[in-house]
Amino acid sequence: MYDGKYIIPGLIIFVALMTFPIWKNMGNAGPVPKPEKPKGVTKCIEPAQFMRTSHMKVLDDWRDQVLREGERKPIEVEGIEYDRSLMNGCMKCHTEKKKFCDECHTYTSVKPYCWDCHFLPKETF
Amino acid sequence: MDIKRRQFLKIAGLSTIAGLGAPAAFNLLLKGQSSPVSFASSGSSPEASHGAAPTGVRLGMVVDQRVFDANIGLARKCINACHTVHNVPNFGNPKDEIKWIFEVPYEKAFTTMSHYHSNEHLQDSRFLVFCNHCDNPPCVRACPTKATFKRKDGIVAMDYHRCIGCRFCMAACPYGMRSFNWRDPRPFIDKATYNKEFPTRMRGVVEKCNFCVERLTKGLQPACVEACGDTGAMTFGDLNDPYSEIQRVLKENFTIQRKPSLGTLPSVFYIV
Repeated sequence: MYDGKYIIPGLIIFVALMTFPIWKNMGNAGPVPKPEKPKGVTKCIEPAQFMRTSHMKVLDDWRDQVLREGERKPIEVEGIEYDRSLMNGCMKCHTEKKKFCDECHTYTSVKPYCWDCHFLPKETF
Repeated sequence: MDIKRRQFLKIAGLSTIAGLGAPAAFNLLLKGQSSPVSFASSGSSPEASHGAAPTGVRLGMVVDQRVFDANIGLARKCINACHTVHNVPNFGNPKDEIKWIFEVPYEKAFTTMSHYHSNEHLQDSRFLVFCNHCDNPPCVRACPTKATFKRKDGIVAMDYHRCIGCRFCMAACPYGMRSFNWRDPRPFIDKATYNKEFPTRMRGVVEKCNFCVERLTKGLQPACVEACGDTGAMTFGDLNDPYSEIQRVLKENFTIQRKPSLGTLPSVFYIV
């Protein structure tokens, strides 16, 4: 190989630079999101683990129940009634999108378009 | 067995015809009727055409034009009430306008009526028009995503999440009661009168009157009806309930509907 003494070290340096972000962050998952929990309320409508994985499914189901089936009966947890609604239900406790929704959505790089139509109780006004 | 080529072809042909034709023939004969042709069924009774609503409720409205003519500005009050409650934007531009309820002259509202030598009172009147919540809604049939649908209580509602903005429903609606969001409506909604309980829409979806379905569940009347107060200009109720106020009004007055000949079976009636 012509100029092997330049090419091989050059390749090694190139690969090392390109993979730098990988081995720099190896074994480190980055800052874990810490969504702010609402104050004064201890229980959500479902266990936290379920809500973490399936809140989007809950919202989808609510949408169909409310809009199509006309089923708007609030969900009662520990004597408190919650509307089947993102704006009028969830956001009544989880008031701040930036401190709650965005924490995980940014971490997982999810961009839901809820806020094109639904507004934020605190941020919009 | 010795079989000739000619015989084989005959048997094969006959069995193919029998195989294809038998199920179709059985279906026709056993059911005792042909499969319903969509439009043919729409002219029949509402129950038959829609597979009777389980609740039996069919919500409707009566607009008493005599009261609106006597109260100048009442119609405007209704429009404002509706558009405020539902966060309807005001673009200040008729091309982009979003309208849930609006005023039109007689000949625009009732295009199928004869306007030859119509009386002066009609020429001056402006009629409030809004979604007719048809019992046989053509918009629902046109929607490719089921974003618009007919509820059990007869309300033709929309799920803006599903709307892809194809505007087939706008083409299908013979009354022109649907509006398209050409632009992002958010900046054009007055923040001072914002209804914080009701979402806005986004660019690229169609919207229309929803008979205030979100208010009905709270036991309230539709916003326009509420704005009329006790003038009796608008009556809202169950068309199928023999003891409802709306049935009484309909029985006592001569009413007309918009384009009844189309077979859409509107649920909105007008006392002229």
